[in-house]
Amino acid sequence: MAEPFIHAENLAFTYKGSGGADDIPALNGITLDIQKGEFVAILGHNGSGKSTFAKLLNLILEPTGGTLSVAGFDLSKGDLSEDDLIALRRRVGMVFQNPDNQLVATIVEDDVAFGPENLGVPMPELRERVDEALAAVGMSEFSQREPHHLSGGQKQRVAIAGILAMKPECVVFDEATAMLDPVGRKEVLDTIRRLNREDGMTVIHITHYMNEAALADRIVVLNDGAILMQGTPDEVFSRRNELRAVGLEVPQCAELIHRLREAGIPVSGQSVSSLEGCAEQILKCFAKEGRDNG
Amino acid sequence: MKSIAFGQYYPADSPIHRMDPRAKVILTILYIVCTFLCKNVLAFAALLLSAILLDLLSKIPLRMILRSLRPLIVILTFTSLINVFMTKGEHLLTPNWQIPFWGGHIWHIQIYEEGLWNALFMILRIVVLLIGTSILLSYTTTPIALTDALERLMKPLKLIRVPVHDIAMMTTIALRFIPTLMEETQRIMNAQKARGADFTSGGLIRRAKSLLPVLIPLLVSAFNRAYELAAAMECRCYHGGKGKTKMKILHLRFGDVLAVLLVIAFGAGIVFLNRYGFYYTMK
Amino acid sequence: MDKIVLEQVSYVYGAGTPFEKKALDNVSLAIQANCITGVIGHTGSGKSTMMMLLNGLSAPTSGKVYLDGLDINASFKELLPEWLKLPEYANMRKSTAKKAIKTELAKRKKSLCFRVGLVMQYPEYQLFEETVYKDIAYGPKNMGLSAEEIKERVYEAIRFSGLDEAILQKSPFDLSGGQKRRVAIAGVIAMRPEVLVLDEPAAGLDPRGREQIFEEVCRYQKATGSTVIMVSHSMEDMAEYCRNMIVLANGKVVANGSCQEVFSNVSMLEETGLDIPQITQLTRLLQARGLALPGDIYTVDRAVAVLKDLYRTEKGND
Repeated sequence: MAEPFIHAENLAFTYKGSGGADDIPALNGITLDIQKGEFVAILGHNGSGKSTFAKLLNLILEPTGGTLSVAGFDLSKGDLSEDDLIALRRRVGMVFQNPDNQLVATIVEDDVAFGPENLGVPMPELRERVDEALAAVGMSEFSQREPHHLSGGQKQRVAIAGILAMKPECVVFDEATAMLDPVGRKEVLDTIRRLNREDGMTVIHITHYMNEAALADRIVVLNDGAILMQGTPDEVFSRRNELRAVGLEVPQCAELIHRLREAGIPVSGQSVSSLEGCAEQILKCFAKEGRDNG
Repeated sequence: MKSIAFGQYYPADSPIHRMDPRAKVILTILYIVCTFLCKNVLAFAALLLSAILLDLLSKIPLRMILRSLRPLIVILTFTSLINVFMTKGEHLLTPNWQIPFWGGHIWHIQIYEEGLWNALFMILRIVVLLIGTSILLSYTTTPIALTDALERLMKPLKLIRVPVHDIAMMTTIALRFIPTLMEETQRIMNAQKARGADFTSGGLIRRAKSLLPVLIPLLVSAFNRAYELAAAMECRCYHGGKGKTKMKILHLRFGDVLAVLLVIAFGAGIVFLNRYGFYYTMK
Repeated sequence: MDKIVLEQVSYVYGAGTPFEKKALDNVSLAIQANCITGVIGHTGSGKSTMMMLLNGLSAPTSGKVYLDGLDINASFKELLPEWLKLPEYANMRKSTAKKAIKTELAKRKKSLCFRVGLVMQYPEYQLFEETVYKDIAYGPKNMGLSAEEIKERVYEAIRFSGLDEAILQKSPFDLSGGQKRRVAIAGVIAMRPEVLVLDEPAAGLDPRGREQIFEEVCRYQKATGSTVIMVSHSMEDMAEYCRNMIVLANGKVVANGSCQEVFSNVSMLEETGLDIPQITQLTRLLQARGLALPGDIYTVDRAVAVLKDLYRTEKGND
C-alpha cells in the first residue's frame, strides 16, 4: 500500500488553560491513516474533538503529543519553515462552518482569486484557475456578485471554489454544512461528492448529520478525544446502541432496522446506510414470509 | 435588509465601468474642481449637461440616482433658504414686504434676485457634485477596485514606511463586512426588542444604556468573526503582501488618458464661459 | 380554539426599490391554541418574516393579524369610535376618554412582545449580561416586575430548560453552544408568553443538543398549556414534535393541517422541494415494491408498529 496521505499516531492536543485555568485535553491518542482519494466522514457530538482534529491537519493548531504527518510534511516537530507551511496549506484546504466568516472580498471572483494571489500565481494562469474553480462548484454565473447577496449554500460553494483555486489534494470540511438549510446542504454535498468521485480529491468531512456521513467511504466516530469506532457506513450505523450512548443517532432507516430486529423480526442488519439497502432487506424478510405462507 | 442606496455598486457594462479606477479617482477630483469653478448660468448649464451625459454613459437609471439624493432634501432646503434670505444684492424683489409680530415688531422680508440665483447655483453645485462622484466612483467602481486604485496611487507613500498594502487589505475587509454587521445589528436589535427592550424613549443616558444589550453581543460576535476570518485567511496562504500577485492588473488605456484630458478641457471651458455673464455671476 | 389568525396578510420588502420582494403573498391561516404548530419551508419561503409579524415587531404591508380575536395592529383612529362606546370610557369626558384609550393602546402594544415570545434564529447571539441569571431576568425586568417575581420566573425558566441551577451564576459566554441556546430560550420563557414562537430552535446543534432543545419546548408547552409555533427545515423533527403543520413556499401557504393530513400529500411536499422524512421515503419505496403499508407513516415509531403488525398477521396466517 502506498504511503498514506495523512498518518496520525497517538496524536494528542491539549488547550492550554489561560490565567490559572485548567488545561483542557481535546484529543488523546488518535491513531488514523487516511489514503489519497478517500472520502472520510468524521462524526462526533460537540466537544468530541472532531474540529480540533481538523485544525491540526493544516497546522492552525499544533499537536501537543504523538506524531502527525500530512502530505509528506511532519507536523509534530514544530519546525516547519514558512515556505513549507504555505506549501502544506496549499495542498490541504479547509472550509469552515460559517460561510460569512471566510470570504474576504466584496466580489465573488476576487474572493476566489485570494488564495492563488497569495501563492503568487501569475496571470493569465490565475484567471484560468479562478474560472475553473467557479465552474467546478457551479457558480460561474455569480462571478460578479457580492457575497452578501448570496444564499448560505452559494457562499459556501464560493468558499470551496476559493480553496479549489489553490489546487489542493485534500479538502477538509469542518462542519461546513452545519449552518445551511437543506437546499444549501444538498448543494454543498453534491459538490463534495463530485470532487471526490470525479477529481479524486481526498475529502475529510466533519459533520453531525448522519445522512451526510452515509455518503462517505469510511466513517470515523470520535468521542472524548478518542476514536470510538470506524468502518463503512453500514458497519458503523449497525452499532446503533453504542452511537446513542455517545449522543449520536443513526439515520431513520438504520433505526427502523434496529428496532425491528429488537422486536424479533429477522431482518438482516447487513446494509443499513442506504434507503435502497434497507428496503431490500425488509422486502427480503417479508417476501420470504409471504412465500412460506403461499 | 435596509440597503443604503447611496454609494452602492451598480453592475453594468459601460465605458465608465470599464475605466481604470485610478483614472476615475483622478477624474473625480478634477470634476469636483469643475463644479467649484462654475460661476454663472452658462457654466452651470454646461455642468448640468455634463452630469446628464455622464449618467447616460454609465447606463445607471437616473431614477436610482435621484432617489439616492432624497435624504439630502433637508440640507438642500436649509442651505437654499439661508441663501435666499441672507444674500444682500442690488435687485430687491420684495420692495416693502413686512410681517407684523406681536408687540409692534415688524420683520422686513428682503429677498434679492442675487439670493435666488445663489440658492439655485448652490443646489445645482451640490446635486451635480454628488451625481458626478457617485457615478464616477461608487456606482461604477467596485469597492475593491477602488481600494486597489488608492493602494496604487498611494504607492509612493511606501517610501516613508506607510503600510499601504495592509491599509488596503483592512479597507477591503471592512467593506466586505459592513453589510454583514449591519444585518447582524438589525437581528440583535429585533431579538432584544422581542424581550421588551426600548431603544427610543428616555433621556440621552438611558438611551445609550439601552443600547448595551445590542452592542455587547455585536462586539462578541465581531471578535468571533475576526478570529475565524484570520484562520480562514491563514488557510488560504495569506502572508502579507510579499510575493502576492493580482488577478486584476490595472492598465491605463488611451481612453482613460483621453477622459482625463477631456475633463481638464471641460474645466477650461467653464472658466471661459464664466466670462460671459448672463444676468448674474456668483462672486 | 384559534389563538392566532392571519387574514390575507402580505409583506413586501423594499417596496419601490430594485430589490423589491414579496415575502408573504396573501396568506390566510389560523393557529390552534394549546398545542405545537410547525411552520416549514425553504429559506426565502417567508417563514421568518411571518414570525416577526406575530409579536408586532413588524406590521404587514396589507392584511390583519389577530391574537385572541383582536387585531394587533389596529390603529388608534380605527379603534376610537368603538372603544368610546365601551362602558369604562362612555362616562368620561371625550378628551379624557381619548387620552385613556391612547394610554391603554400603547400599553397593549408594549405588552404584545411579552404575550407572544419570539426566539429568533441563533438566539445565543443575544446573550449579553454578566451572569446567566441576569440575562434570563432581562425580559421580566423590562416587563416591570418586582425583584421577587423576577427571581421566581428565572428559576422556573431554568427548570424548563433542564439546566442545573448552578449555571445561573456563570457567565453566559462560558457555556457550550447547546447550553447557550437553552439559556437564550429560557430568557424568553421567563416572560411566560401565551404564545412561544421559535425560529429554527435547533439549527446547527448536534443530535443530543437538538433533542434537549425540543424537550425544553415540549416541557414548557405541556406545563403551561401555551401555544407554541416552531419554524424548521427538518420534517423529521416536525413530524416528531408537532400536532399541526403549515407548509410555506414562495410566500404562500401550500399545506395546512394536522401532520397526518400534510404528510399524506407527499407529492406536494416533493414539489416544493422539501425533504420528506427518510422513513416516509422508505415506506413509499416499499409500497412501490408491493408491500401493503398505510400511507401515513412519518415517524420511526409508527413504522415499527406497522411493520410489527404486518409481520404478526403474516406469521399468524401460517
